[in-house]
Amino acid sequence: MYDAKKLKEIEQAAAAWAEKTADLLEKRPERDKTFKSLSEIPVERVYTPLAESTLDYLKDLGFPGTHPYTRGVQPTMYRGRFWTMRQYAGFASAEESNKRYKYLLEQGQTGLSVAFDLPTQIGYDSDHPLAQGEVGKVGVAIDSLMDMEALFDGIPLERVSTSMTINAPAAVLLAMYVETAAKQGVSPETLKGTIQNDILKEYAARGTYIFPPAPSMRIITDIFAFCSRHIPRWNMISISGYHIREAGSTAVQEVAFTLANGIAYVEAALRAGLKVDDFAPRLSFFFNAHMDFFEEIAKFRAARRLWARIMKKRFGAKSPKSLMLRFHTQTAGCTLTAQQPQNNVMRVTLQALSAVLGGTQSLHTNSMDEAFSLPSEDAVKTALRTQQIIAFESGVPNTVDPLGGSFYVERLTDDIEERAQAYLDQIDENGGAVAAIEQGFIQKEIQESAYAYQRAVESGRRVVVGLNKFRQEEAPLRNFLRVDPALRESQEAKLKQLKGRRDNTAVMVALERLKGCAQGADNLMPPIMEAVTCYATLGEICDTLRAVFGEYAAVSTL
Amino acid sequence: MTKKKIRVLAAKPGLDGHDRGIKVICYALRDAGMEVIYTGLRQTPEQIVQAAIQEDVDVIAMSVLSGAHDYLFPRVMELLREAGARDVLVIGGGIIPEEDIPQLKDAGIKAIFGPGTPTSETVRFIRENVHR
Repeated sequence: MYDAKKLKEIEQAAAAWAEKTADLLEKRPERDKTFKSLSEIPVERVYTPLAESTLDYLKDLGFPGTHPYTRGVQPTMYRGRFWTMRQYAGFASAEESNKRYKYLLEQGQTGLSVAFDLPTQIGYDSDHPLAQGEVGKVGVAIDSLMDMEALFDGIPLERVSTSMTINAPAAVLLAMYVETAAKQGVSPETLKGTIQNDILKEYAARGTYIFPPAPSMRIITDIFAFCSRHIPRWNMISISGYHIREAGSTAVQEVAFTLANGIAYVEAALRAGLKVDDFAPRLSFFFNAHMDFFEEIAKFRAARRLWARIMKKRFGAKSPKSLMLRFHTQTAGCTLTAQQPQNNVMRVTLQALSAVLGGTQSLHTNSMDEAFSLPSEDAVKTALRTQQIIAFESGVPNTVDPLGGSFYVERLTDDIEERAQAYLDQIDENGGAVAAIEQGFIQKEIQESAYAYQRAVESGRRVVVGLNKFRQEEAPLRNFLRVDPALRESQEAKLKQLKGRRDNTAVMVALERLKGCAQGADNLMPPIMEAVTCYATLGEICDTLRAVFGEYAAVSTL
Repeated sequence: MTKKKIRVLAAKPGLDGHDRGIKVICYALRDAGMEVIYTGLRQTPEQIVQAAIQEDVDVIAMSVLSGAHDYLFPRVMELLREAGARDVLVIGGGIIPEEDIPQLKDAGIKAIFGPGTPTSETVRFIRENVHR
């Protein structure tokens, strides 16, 4: 962006300055010999136009809402509308979670985000032997359409957008949502929301898989086809780096492995006969906001630019919407400390600010007590208020991409893009993301980064305030949110009642039809919709599919 | 004469998929000279106890972040007692509220290591408490 003569002048001045500074260092050395970002990217003393001398403004940055979307996906960003404030919530029964959702909406939250319990996420009813001890613990227990109706009772689904963290059984929960809306008189065309539906990161980092990769990819592309046709405003996948990062990856790996998974989904959809511009606009992403402030901002910008280039060059997408990487962000749960938990409020504030400066479309801020248990209502309120303070008080949202043009942030954006691209090339050589996961490559990369970070903390090279520095004795926190263990019994009773009351012949017929469809190649969504509507349970539907598809056996990477 | 290595079964009981912590523990215990067998995700208490007996381990290190520790940890202890495996040292970690720890210790879990525990502390605890 500078002419050659100016650059030469800057170069000379920089050399003189470096020499002078070197003298100073003898008297006053810096805190460290070298400085590195959290992803171990070297950080220089100062950045000048020399760091970005090859940057081409129009080609590499452009304007907000224009290719390659480095500066943001919309022309006006938060001057038009703030990001969606969306706190991930759900625990115990549908009735209990319904109360929390109504509370959050009353507090000014602008979208819902449903957390399901582990049995639901793995396709078991609450009365399954493996559900023992897990019912309602990390989210709400949903066994059938009946629970889903209770979950959204009195919540107007034509107005609220709902994100559902559901992957292996995403098709079933989506069907339940569509049917619940229908009972409220809301048609699928108007529904807004997201299903996570990202199985590849389940194999790589999160663990709630059911079926092997091939049938899982089929279910996903069936959902794509169904949504494109019937629920046009729905985000039919949220390709997630969040959990990859939580599992211990670096920022670079988070971008690389997430986009590698994204490429695998696009390729699967193309193989299934879908046209890129028919489904790509409804792909969405989900990232982590971690502790290294500038690196995170650069990460979001780099991810947007990389995706736009991949969609345009590799897949020949034409629609601008196909090129836009739209994403949800959650602050980094793994950075929360059990020690001096009030400090977590500050961590969350910095992370949330990086997400806003990085141009997120929606945001979840973690609560200070999450290193102990599910958040209490008070802690959630403070977390939501943190977003509201950034939105309404800080002035940060008043201009688009305020750090664009910062020598450091632009250099870091380039660094992350280059390093992520190197991983993407390597994954392509290994046969793509699915093969890389089956080989255990992605898992090993993540776990090795996790261990390297742990050693850095234990050696004191990385400081975590209150943990390995500035420690103090403290009384343990008390009064956590607790889920009544009797919930399992009440869910069991509900299931028993339901099975006595519903039309069991209709259920059997629907499950038979689903089985036939699974054995063939037709879209799975219509028979799943049918099964859900006659109150077949989540477990019955998933068991039918398990019988045809089998179950995934994880590769050992240790 | 070289001393026999301490054998550890690192286990993920229940449906929880968070395995960052247990994997870090696996690496750290190996670096400390122990033999570590990792069960992988989604193990029932029965599978864990069976593996512990088959592999003749000195230690079981379990990790749960889903809140199901209140059921799963005591259940493993119960099955170990039934199997007569009384001298296996059992420890746990994860997202576990302080107020739950007394009842887990009553059930026979010797120590609970919460978030932020240095792996060196876990290594030291195992060395000092293992029955050999």
